[in-house]
Amino acid sequence: MLHLEYFLILSALMLFIGIYGFLTRRSTLAVLISVELMLNASDINFAVFNRLLYPAGQEGYFFALFSIAISAAETAVAIAIMIAIYRNVRSIQLNHLDTLKW
Amino acid sequence: MDYSQFLYMHEELALLLVIVVMFIYDLVVCTDRKDGKPVLNTAVPVVLMTLLTIFNAIPECWYLPSCAPVEEAFGGMYQHTPMMTVMKTVLNIGTLIVFLMAHRYLSRDENRVKQGEFYILTMSTLLGMYFMISAGHFLMFFIGLELASVPMTALVAYDKWRATSAEAGAKYILVALFSSSLLLYGVSMIYGATGTLYFDDIAARLDGNLLNILGLVFFFTGLAFKISLVPFHLWTADVYEGAPTVVTSYLSVISKGSAAFVLLTILVKVFAPMIQQWQDILFWIIILSITLANIFALRQNNIKRFMAFSAISQAGYLVLGVIAGTAQGMTSLVFYLLVYLAANLGAFAVINSIEQNSGKINISDYNGLYQTNPKLSFLMTLCLFSLAGIPPFAGFFSKFFVFMAAFHQGFHLLVFIALVNTIISLYYYLIIVKAMYINPNDAPIATFRSDGYTRCALFLCTAGVLLLGIASCVYDSIDALSYGIDVQLPSVISSCCGL
Repeated sequence: MLHLEYFLILSALMLFIGIYGFLTRRSTLAVLISVELMLNASDINFAVFNRLLYPAGQEGYFFALFSIAISAAETAVAIAIMIAIYRNVRSIQLNHLDTLKW
Repeated sequence: MDYSQFLYMHEELALLLVIVVMFIYDLVVCTDRKDGKPVLNTAVPVVLMTLLTIFNAIPECWYLPSCAPVEEAFGGMYQHTPMMTVMKTVLNIGTLIVFLMAHRYLSRDENRVKQGEFYILTMSTLLGMYFMISAGHFLMFFIGLELASVPMTALVAYDKWRATSAEAGAKYILVALFSSSLLLYGVSMIYGATGTLYFDDIAARLDGNLLNILGLVFFFTGLAFKISLVPFHLWTADVYEGAPTVVTSYLSVISKGSAAFVLLTILVKVFAPMIQQWQDILFWIIILSITLANIFALRQNNIKRFMAFSAISQAGYLVLGVIAGTAQGMTSLVFYLLVYLAANLGAFAVINSIEQNSGKINISDYNGLYQTNPKLSFLMTLCLFSLAGIPPFAGFFSKFFVFMAAFHQGFHLLVFIALVNTIISLYYYLIIVKAMYINPNDAPIATFRSDGYTRCALFLCTAGVLLLGIASCVYDSIDALSYGIDVQLPSVISSCCGL
């Protein structure tokens, strides 16, 4: 028997692990991975709600598909920017990105 | 399938055509000169944007086989109302002004080779905003939002060899990813609660339970990052400072304005049953945005950071039109945006002109500017006075309408706090005016003459600042179309056909 709650707990855990990672990680790549966790949490939600609550339509699946594609595009741009940073600063640690503040 | 519904998207299609033409032009026609430098072609995108703006302004009944004021395509995924056309036209004018003032920046040697990218990326973000504004479904909205923010990142990191530009790009993309994942989580909650993603259907099925509220809060957080309202504003100053000045001006007006408009339509249309909850959220957010941004603006010395905090506080005023949640609120928001566009882009055109000609971006560098560049100082003063809301200029009227919209809905305390903050903001805008006119400086910025395109942009902005408030027909004609919320079709049809 599939319980909705288990999936929702999983996705909430993923979301908050992602937020935690986003706020604490030093490497920009690790931050990106954390954000991917957050995005996947909502994809799980969409798929689960569609499968268990509203099996008549397919809106949730489609939304999840689109969001995966879009997050891939965003990640590609983000990594391109990491490369630009590396060229300029010779490091992609977040604590070296502190020229702009206050 | 009925392909004629694509015609309802005529504005998006026209913009897409412009992008394609620009792309091909950049690829084929723009050959290198003999000395190896690519030819500068500011005129082409400017002409294209002008044509697009004129096309948007023409009533669609003139060229479409069938037309109705409110149109829907693809089962309601895409919606089209006259108010959205007004909004898109406003964004178009803003983009046009940004293109005009970018001429000098793009004519620098390191930017000449990639000027085509600048135009195409900017137009792509504009296309994203078009779709976001016209969305009738959360998927369409999300795709539009991402199309607006991903090319924006590339624009922020446009200065490839400047570390601060790359840093600003990184901060922008990470915050954009973070906020869009929060937004998606909120949308998934709403999907779970209602089983649909169409705006029209959701409104009927929301009942304000805890799941709905969670969805609303996550969704609002995601969008508030884009508008840079206060608890979510931390990226703004950094990105504004690091990005090239023309991109900063685009970010501060076009990007922010479209997001504020979408916030209004979604809150009013989709979250209509939860008006109590979102008005409570907005109430505190507006107070925080206006007050904190004003306090932080007081201590800035870099003029781009200063404008960033000014923009955060202006976003608070914009959202005052949202909290009203009425047709009047919508009119005042669009009018506020139009006036803010003229004043802010005017100020940025001056800042950009000074930066490109002398490389100076600190407020203390502006000391004694009046002695050397009296015209620029005067225009800057006009724009800052309009931003502060001093009576003869348009800014006063736009603030007045926004306050009136909120006041009519009973937000007396909020309007009072906003009024007090207007006075504080006057103080910091006057600091710059004082620097330009009164503060002595032994070595002020040397006299220079702006290029023709920048002067054209300055002329448009100044005309906007001076005329928009006095020419009441502007507000009235926007008002005639702002039925987007209380749909009263008969009056709409009559007002639309009279146009």
